Amino acid sequence: MASPLHQFEIQPIVPIELGGIDISITNSALWMAIAAVTATAVMVLPVRRGALIPGRWQALSESFYEIIANMVRDNVGTAGRRYFPFVFTLFMFVLFGNVLGLIPYTFTYTSHIAVTFSLAAFIFLAVTAIGIVKHGFRFLGLFFPHGAPAWTAVILIPIELISYLSRPVSLSVRLFANMTVGHVILKVLGGFVVSLGAFYAIPGLLPMAGLVAVTALEVMVAVIQAYIFTILTCIYLNDALHLH
Amino acid sequence: MVPALFGAVPVDPEELGMGENDKPPSLEDLETRLRAARDRRRPAGSGNGAGKGGGSDIGAGIRVAVDLVAGVAVGVALGLILDNWLGTKPWMLIVFFILGSAAGFLNLYRTAQQFERERRDKEEHGS
Repeated sequence: MASPLHQFEIQPIVPIELGGIDISITNSALWMAIAAVTATAVMVLPVRRGALIPGRWQALSESFYEIIANMVRDNVGTAGRRYFPFVFTLFMFVLFGNVLGLIPYTFTYTSHIAVTFSLAAFIFLAVTAIGIVKHGFRFLGLFFPHGAPAWTAVILIPIELISYLSRPVSLSVRLFANMTVGHVILKVLGGFVVSLGAFYAIPGLLPMAGLVAVTALEVMVAVIQAYIFTILTCIYLNDALHLH
Repeated sequence: MVPALFGAVPVDPEELGMGENDKPPSLEDLETRLRAARDRRRPAGSGNGAGKGGGSDIGAGIRVAVDLVAGVAVGVALGLILDNWLGTKPWMLIVFFILGSAAGFLNLYRTAQQFERERRDKEEHGS
């Protein structure tokens, strides 16, 4: 039985080395590129004609747009419109990474903490920079609740600071953990189907039924996790833009 | 719950002119109805109410668990770094472990608040 972790291995496809740094095109990079191309195709091709009454594909791309537009408006308000292109790109990148990764023989780049933490760290730094540019010194007010007695600052400011610093950690770990766990479960159940089914047909059907159910669950998790990743980005952006 | 994610706005087919009469509605007519639909939406405030659908119960559990652990993890990491830097082993670790735990619970509290807001939002919209 193949190792359930084998699917997460990074394999170079086109080895490139530049100045002693390994920048090979790996399976991870390949699938990121495929996801970017697929997402662009799904968004651009159906709206070429821009029919008044949308067809299936146009309805799909319009509903993607609408979900994120509503999300940005509900969570950030009108000030968030400027950041819509970034939030939308982020959503499509994570969503297509999650969903394409469910197809057998593909690679799920969102199951790597290096990828999710890079995204989360960029979001964290960008949101902090936006907050500082917009509010200057008052941005630090985010770390001290209004109306609390001054002496509590000794305890409250470190707590708020740690809470703020833990945002990129929880944002990236949540996505990475969900994706990794889901794919390991799928692989282990798949292994049961093969090893049990090779000897007895009936017991092999039991993990098979579980596998079908878990696959459906994983499709849902893939979409929900992309949604949560994006909505938390919006919430963080809202905090930086409006303080509280 | 998945339909709640995707069914952005329930649209009455009659409203789009797909009803019994096959005559396509004029564009001006459509324009006025579009404007009416836009006005129905509440004006964009500053982040009142999170969007629809927070995830399944398992998703909520993982979310809460990660929030709690992340606070502790960052606290411990900061404590270790400060100890190494200032040579105060193990005091910073102890202090920041406690502060980190508090931050974890603060994260937890904020996530719970957000769940509550989502729930209330859903009730208000009657879906």
